[in-house]
Amino acid sequence: MNFRNALVATTALCAASAVSAADLEVTHWWTSGGEAAAVAEFAKAFNETEGNNWVDGAIAGGGGVARGVIVSRILGGDPMHATQLNHGRQAEELVEAGLMLDLTDIAEEGGWRDIVHPVSLLDSCTVDGKVYCVPVNIHSWQWLWLSHKAYADAGVDVPSNWDEFVSSAPALEAAGKVPLAMGQQSWQSSGAFGVMLVALGGPELWTKVYAEKDADAAASAEMAAVFEAAAAARELSAGSNVSDWNLATAMVINGEAGGQIMGDWAQGEFAVAEQVAGEDYTCLPGLGVNEIISTGGDAFYFPKQDDPEVEAAQKELAKLLLSKEVQVNFNLKKGSLPVRGDVDLAAANDCMKKGLEILASGNILPDGNQVLSADTTGQLEDLMVEFWNDTSITAEDAHKRYADIIASAD
Amino acid sequence: MADAKRPNQLLRNLNAKVAAIPMVATALVVFVGCTIWTIVHSFTKSKLLPKTDFVGLDQYERLWKTNKWLISIENLAIYGICSLVLSICIGFFLATLLDQKIRFENTIRTIILYPFALSFVVTGLTWQWILNPDFGVQKIVRSLGWESFAFDPLYNQDIVIYGILIAAIWQGSGLIMVIMLAGLRGIDQEIWKAARVDGIPKWKTYIFIVIPMMRPVFVTALVLITAGIVKVYDLVVAQTNGGPGIASEVPAKYVIESMFKNQNLGQAFAASTMMLVTVLIILVPYAYLEYGGKRRAK
Repeated sequence: MNFRNALVATTALCAASAVSAADLEVTHWWTSGGEAAAVAEFAKAFNETEGNNWVDGAIAGGGGVARGVIVSRILGGDPMHATQLNHGRQAEELVEAGLMLDLTDIAEEGGWRDIVHPVSLLDSCTVDGKVYCVPVNIHSWQWLWLSHKAYADAGVDVPSNWDEFVSSAPALEAAGKVPLAMGQQSWQSSGAFGVMLVALGGPELWTKVYAEKDADAAASAEMAAVFEAAAAARELSAGSNVSDWNLATAMVINGEAGGQIMGDWAQGEFAVAEQVAGEDYTCLPGLGVNEIISTGGDAFYFPKQDDPEVEAAQKELAKLLLSKEVQVNFNLKKGSLPVRGDVDLAAANDCMKKGLEILASGNILPDGNQVLSADTTGQLEDLMVEFWNDTSITAEDAHKRYADIIASAD
Repeated sequence: MADAKRPNQLLRNLNAKVAAIPMVATALVVFVGCTIWTIVHSFTKSKLLPKTDFVGLDQYERLWKTNKWLISIENLAIYGICSLVLSICIGFFLATLLDQKIRFENTIRTIILYPFALSFVVTGLTWQWILNPDFGVQKIVRSLGWESFAFDPLYNQDIVIYGILIAAIWQGSGLIMVIMLAGLRGIDQEIWKAARVDGIPKWKTYIFIVIPMMRPVFVTALVLITAGIVKVYDLVVAQTNGGPGIASEVPAKYVIESMFKNQNLGQAFAASTMMLVTVLIILVPYAYLEYGGKRRAK
């Protein structure tokens, strides 16, 4: 009798907790000050739901390192419960191998196709008509961040486009500043080059090279001009011996460097340093030349688990990430744009408003991660980080190798 | 008669043979099996997941055309030769110094061996800070008055691999010293007495008598160091992450990055097969000389 009671009690206890009580381990590579503050918003919102617990699995070292850890854990049979990845082709094969949880039912229930804007973000999460990830933000690469303090110290006006930036560089150098802050990691070198391509070569050239992998366009004279500009920018970045992007951003914040080409996630760092857009720093979308932004971003994938309780909690988290309140809180801290067109971002600062305007006007491109395979991205990164750090490589040499990579891209 | 003896031969030490089966099976399946699997897949165009679409030697062609791989191989050669020579020389030199029956030998031995207790990641980070021009050695020397002093190996493409080498030697030479010291202690005191009676100077005794007697110790040290050289990865990741540019890339890092970051298994397997071939090129002649030679001598 006693034994049976105990059994019943235990079962009842299990059933009670089965509503959806689970500890979900979430991996991501958001470790800088602004990023950590943003991801804490997710954790807070999820911990407030009943019985659920966000177990933070931050991986240091940037996306390049973190993706290796994430993928090897999923393939090695020790999947986390949810993980950040970039939209697009990074998780393509994992989805095809059936390792990711199908979210189609909650996507239809929540009408994601109507609320996610631009809808191409959801398309990047969709494989064979089924939804496998939740886009959480829109990040664009095409920004030039300028330090007002550095320009004031050098006694010149803050530039309003790339050409002015280049011509004001000697004044900055004379004042002992580094004109262009540049982190040494390969993704930063490659990203900055992509931005220069969009801004100086124009969006048509970008689309031909990256989306259509047009070998002739990659070898064209327009492309050669972009490489010349990049070689000039390389000279301007000499002397920034930092590795992480946020350390380079810190140089701009402190006024040690004039500017930095970096995605809009840099804004989170300015926010943490309590700087005000327009007063302490200026942001120029598309380097002030072509006001276009790419709509890449981060998405959360949910590796498949055997436990139905965990699965329920995973779906709950997926819904939560797209809810209005969480979208606003997260993106304000992160400095990125929300994936919903219907949320109120009154608290957004100047730079985010510029981004929202460009987004609304439709001057958008897909992100490199959405059109290039991880393999090609890696090859381009290797070339760019070498080019950016080794001044003995001429623009022509780099251009030739670049054209070869695009010609053999898949 | 001979037929009757043969099964006996097989059954001799049966217990020992049965006990060895798991180890033999593990070695065959895990080591040989996985090696073959890797080599086979290096001829495919596997991306994130292994597939069997064979493409011949394409992966190898691409590998040997990739600048990053060529730099990796060059770095490994420089790092390998220097760390082999320096570890053994420094290790032996420190061991002979300690062998002079000095005071506080235990304390000094512990201090020199201590870096070996640190992982490569910790070693790498520590040396990254020490060699950082903004707050490391360069800063200290400059603040002492030598304003033009420059020492920033980790930020100079041409010498970055030596910056990594410094950290590796610092970490590893203690172990080699201890092994050498054990070898020196194993030398019979009578030999020293005999050498002294004959009036042979100490340094000559070391070089012409002691070192040849310590051959097995040197072989042990050699194997330990070589194994460490081929797989060097974490030290580079912690210290420079391959930078500046791709100047300090190493083969193991190329393999890991191809596999997980670039999601190109075929390329990673081709690179790791080349690493295996490199090891074999060194190992096979050595093994032939070491073991094949002995059989002939008998």
